[in-house]
Amino acid sequence: MCLAVPGEVKEIYEASGTRMGRVNFGGITKEVCLAYLPDIAVGDYTIVHVGFAISRIDEESAKKTLQMFHDLGILEEELNAPLPVRDP
Amino acid sequence: MSSEIDFSGWSCPLPLRDYPNIVLGHGGGGKLSAELVENLFVPAFRNSVIEGLGDSAVLRVPPGRLAFSTDSYVVRPLFFPGGSIGELAVNGTVNDLAMSGAHPLYLSVAFIIEEGLPMATLGEIVERMRIAAHLAGVQIVTGDTKVVEKGHGDGCFVNTAGIGVVPDGREIGPGRAKPGDVVIVSGTLGDHGMAVMSVREGLQFDSVIQSDSAALNGMVEAIFAASADIHVLRDPTRGGLASSLNEIAAQSKVGIALSEENLPVKSDVAAACELLGMDPIYVANEGKLVAIVDESSAERVLRAMRHHPLGSDAAVIGTVIAERAGMLTAKTKIGGTRVIPMQIGEQLPRIC
Amino acid sequence: MKYLNEFRDGETAQRLFREIGRITTKPWALMEVCGGQTHSIIRNGIDQLLSEKIELIHGPGCPVCVTPLEMIDKALAIAAKPGVIFSSFGDMLRVPGSQKDLFRIKSEGGDIRIVYSPLDALKIARENPGREVVFFGIGFETTAPANAMAVSLAAKEKLRNFSVLISHVLVPPAMEAIMSSSINRVQGFLAAGHVCSVMGYWQYPALAERFNVPIVITGFEPLDVLDGIRRAVIQLEAGRHEVENAYGRVVTFEGNKPAQEMLEKVFHVTDRVWRGIGMIPKSGWSLRAEYRDFDAEYKFAVRNIVTQESSLCRAGEVLQGAIKPTDCAAFGKACTPRSPLGATMVSSEGACAAYFNYGRFVKVEDLATACPAK
Repeated sequence: MCLAVPGEVKEIYEASGTRMGRVNFGGITKEVCLAYLPDIAVGDYTIVHVGFAISRIDEESAKKTLQMFHDLGILEEELNAPLPVRDP
Repeated sequence: MSSEIDFSGWSCPLPLRDYPNIVLGHGGGGKLSAELVENLFVPAFRNSVIEGLGDSAVLRVPPGRLAFSTDSYVVRPLFFPGGSIGELAVNGTVNDLAMSGAHPLYLSVAFIIEEGLPMATLGEIVERMRIAAHLAGVQIVTGDTKVVEKGHGDGCFVNTAGIGVVPDGREIGPGRAKPGDVVIVSGTLGDHGMAVMSVREGLQFDSVIQSDSAALNGMVEAIFAASADIHVLRDPTRGGLASSLNEIAAQSKVGIALSEENLPVKSDVAAACELLGMDPIYVANEGKLVAIVDESSAERVLRAMRHHPLGSDAAVIGTVIAERAGMLTAKTKIGGTRVIPMQIGEQLPRIC
Repeated sequence: MKYLNEFRDGETAQRLFREIGRITTKPWALMEVCGGQTHSIIRNGIDQLLSEKIELIHGPGCPVCVTPLEMIDKALAIAAKPGVIFSSFGDMLRVPGSQKDLFRIKSEGGDIRIVYSPLDALKIARENPGREVVFFGIGFETTAPANAMAVSLAAKEKLRNFSVLISHVLVPPAMEAIMSSSINRVQGFLAAGHVCSVMGYWQYPALAERFNVPIVITGFEPLDVLDGIRRAVIQLEAGRHEVENAYGRVVTFEGNKPAQEMLEKVFHVTDRVWRGIGMIPKSGWSLRAEYRDFDAEYKFAVRNIVTQESSLCRAGEVLQGAIKPTDCAAFGKACTPRSPLGATMVSSEGACAAYFNYGRFVKVEDLATACPAK
């Protein structure tokens, strides 16, 4: 379930009393409802599901995760000759 | 969208000016029909054959095998970023002929128009067809118009049929792929389908994605100039690259193995597909072709395609193999393997 | 696309496969709850490259698959009513009801429109004041806030011609039902990342404790899924059973409070039948009485629905992870994506469709030799 796509908030405005915004997804933009993220700001990234922003993306956390993946590579080198998985 | 038509270029603009919209009479075969032909179609498609206004077009064709193709165009909306039903109708049939190795020559066009369609809209469509035919080097020599009652036609449906001549020595077809052949695509995938999606009610989004509708016969000639060892040519329209390659794999009784990371896709088309949960490999193209060529010719053909304005993003995307006949597979970006089946019906946007 | 491509990197994926292979010493059975995760696994070939010791059991996290048959039939009945504009997410169009599907109703003259968001359905209602507009509000907790907002706005605007057919299902009760089942083989869970982005994961520690299972909140991109698997295996190898968040860039412990408040306002918990599984108590949401005017179940006389599930369909057992799609006699024969018997063959992330479409009827080893490395 739950196809949610990351995008950058480019604009925030009110439409008929509801907090809306324009979000840029890799070059295409769409109007998105921001009512559930009252603190989100222009320039923030968010994930959007069926036209609603449901969570702000925490850049620090993303960086940490990617760093951890990177460190796994160093660990592998240190261990030398990693065990092979079955060939694809 | 439709712009102001310059009526002054037509021989007798007055009758058309009286009718801002198409009415049932325009399809009735009487005076209104005749006025439409004389004042809109003939001036647009101007050539000696159509001006003859005969019941059929009588043509002289060069010697060789005759290629004959037809297609109907029902796209909604009629106009979308980068094109309209007009360009699709001309380029689509020109391309079908070109994919058989033919020089496209003559087209017929049949309109089924909904009562009430603004004359300016029809005029714009016809103008687009005129330009497309001119760019493709074909002539529209005969046609028909019917008008249906309001509520039965979605604005405008167009059918085009076309003939061309296949020079001797060209033997290409979907059953001719051989193990070892190289699969080359002429450019980015999914542009047309996502351009139309971007203006579809309920799904629309803002983008600069343009339909890639174009006549491919020029590039096809460049391909043949580079090598005689062309086995298959196909323009992956409805159903996308996946459908075309599945059909070829089935008819040639071979497997086709692609490499996902070599598939060229524009970043905003990829983004639009992500948003709607669609896969670019299934999205329609209207100005791209896939060429399956002998291994020894691949380099030359790729270079020839890349030199052509429509093929600057051409790329080798896979190979033909003997195993898993009839099946299209791809190596995924993370090293796994996926089967790419024929899709069932239209690809739909999803939330899951 | 930022925050997408980085989590699809092939080299890093290979590294994670090797790391998982290195740390796995015993066989383990994990369940990924969310259909989107199943889709990602099968489509990218993660199951092919994973250590043989790890079995991935596909969970019932596909709202299309589990929407009760009765609800599909109600949708079809409403969509067939003259004058109704029936709007829905694309996923639902081909799901078979007892007799037909929405596509068939469309071909018979029903005005059925695919929308991207429930707000699009609201727009259709505003633009067509003379027509009844109904929106098919299915989904898990991820989609519920969007559907709730549509109802809330309709109420605010006093839109007389708009209603929603609500059929929400909840994840934690389903996980509980799976773990309580006598045939359960699941030893660790990859929890649904986007559901948790809305609901948080405060509901899971009690489950982890009660059933002794590690629960790792997991995302959807290949690297996210692999990281979830890696963390679950680390816990299992160490004999731990904790709740861990592997999708920290999107999920927090409390979740989205404004969304949860709206959910509380608009919905109340109800028993829900899960297609193929049966009734799971308190596992669904339906509209509160205050919103009855917008509840399509009450607005339209769709009673006396007689449901008829195919006798050949074993979707329920697939959904519970009891059998693989390939174990079903109808798989690939009487039941294919072109002629599906059940919802798991229709939905793009239903296990049966995923297996069929991505070639799992072909043995993995055979598939591997079919694609020489480029």
